[in-house]
Amino acid sequence: MAQRLDPSPDPYAVDIAGLDALEVPVQAAPNAARKLWTAGWPRLAAIVVAIGGWELLTIFKVKPSYVLPGPGPVFARLFHDIANGLLLHAMAHTMWRAAIGYGIAVVIGTLLGIVVARSRVVRAAIGSLITGLQTMPTIAWFPFAILLFGLTERAILFVVVLGAAPAIANGLISGVDNIPPILLRAGRVLGATGFDAYRHVVIPAALPGFVSGLKQGWAFAWRSLMAGELLVLLGTSLGQVLQNERDTNDAPGLVATMIVILFIGIVVDSLLFARAETAIRRRWGLLEN
Amino acid sequence: MTVVTERQTVLSVKDVSKVYGPAGSHTFALDRLSLDVQKGEFVCLVGASGCGKTTLLNLIAGLDHPQNGKIEIAGRPALLFQDAALFPWLTARQNIELALRLRGVAKRDRADEAQRLLRVVHLEDFGDRRPHELSGGMRQRVALARALAQDARLLLMDEPFGALDAITRDLLHDELERIWQETNLTTIFVTHNVREAVRLGDRVLVLSSRPAHIVEAFDVTMPRPRHLDQPDVAQLAGQIVDRLRKEVRSHGAAS
Repeated sequence: MAQRLDPSPDPYAVDIAGLDALEVPVQAAPNAARKLWTAGWPRLAAIVVAIGGWELLTIFKVKPSYVLPGPGPVFARLFHDIANGLLLHAMAHTMWRAAIGYGIAVVIGTLLGIVVARSRVVRAAIGSLITGLQTMPTIAWFPFAILLFGLTERAILFVVVLGAAPAIANGLISGVDNIPPILLRAGRVLGATGFDAYRHVVIPAALPGFVSGLKQGWAFAWRSLMAGELLVLLGTSLGQVLQNERDTNDAPGLVATMIVILFIGIVVDSLLFARAETAIRRRWGLLEN
Repeated sequence: MTVVTERQTVLSVKDVSKVYGPAGSHTFALDRLSLDVQKGEFVCLVGASGCGKTTLLNLIAGLDHPQNGKIEIAGRPALLFQDAALFPWLTARQNIELALRLRGVAKRDRADEAQRLLRVVHLEDFGDRRPHELSGGMRQRVALARALAQDARLLLMDEPFGALDAITRDLLHDELERIWQETNLTTIFVTHNVREAVRLGDRVLVLSSRPAHIVEAFDVTMPRPRHLDQPDVAQLAGQIVDRLRKEVRSHGAAS
């Protein structure tokens, strides 16, 4: 039987404090300006090299300038089209479609992911179908979408959702599948069952996988949207502007619009998803500073 | 301080069997194992590897179900794994607070209680660190604080110090013994380190391997605190190791 001792000051506290001080990893706070420079200069260098190479191609006239314009005319055209509002107008319309389509895809993909992750039967039934849908080129859906909805906004949204939702669902499913079993057991020992288990253990533990699914879903949504806007010409959108410039042999305008499309893709990815991913990885300690 | 004399059974395991594998070719993990643990007792289980120690703890913790036999237990036990199993998205404090919340502690009381538990394991200055910012021994202490937050009547420990270095392990023995004495918490401690078992336990139970049942119980009567290298601790540990070897040899002879 246990003998109770007086809760006297703990003689081991000092030893333990000493050991703790030795064992805790030392972290130096990174200098903000230095960090920006470390992350920034390779990117800057890559842009300079790319534009330089492009300029060289035009100097040596690999292709005639009405087919491959140089950086000078393209950037002049880019600023012109931004200043006169054409590209901003088109961007606004395109981003509006992207937001709605992606939003619907997030809702559908998340619900689908939860159902498949939870139910063995549903997973056996449609688990591989979801992966299959993800590999199917979205452009292949367009003839069917146009047949179903005509040349309408709905045809575009349909394909955007079909492109993004499977990736989002798959991300969530793999997030749940990759939860270390010990965390689930720890949750059960602490009394997290039913809804509590989802709220306090499963969902936060699946977050890294879910965020990479969201990121991939965005990439699919953006690609599908561009394909859709090139096929279904409605209103002033980036795809429609691009198609116009092709029809009028307007090479500088075409390349300028492509730069905008690439730029939006990069900005959304790095400002939203890459940041969220980095924040999560840092929290979990999966990142070296 | 009074020495508790009435015997109050916190855990009673009766004739419990557990079989793995498909019918016909099944292996017994546990074979009619019986075990009673009294309130405030510190019981150590030792056995060769693969002897079903973890299976037994899982059954007691309710993470698995026996095919035969009965387990009677007062309340839901707390369980400490070899890996601290802290939630990496929460700080040390939040891990403890989550346990309090799942136990039903009111929100306004959680912060104070979590701080108190951090003090119990001497980590009051590290509450806002995430698990990856702590050393292995510190993580295990946070896990211990989280287990204490459950306010369980029974604490199960599954080789909790197995992955730690000798100095840290030695300090954690002192720490665990102190906490056990202050809280009078009934503890079942599984280990393959026989000296550790003698260092900590009131009783050391030797498990046979495959299927597991208890082959011998050793009472440890040396006064506390004991030290790992104390002669009488080493001597009893030697006896227990001999008993374990005999058990292991019998397997070689049988097959």
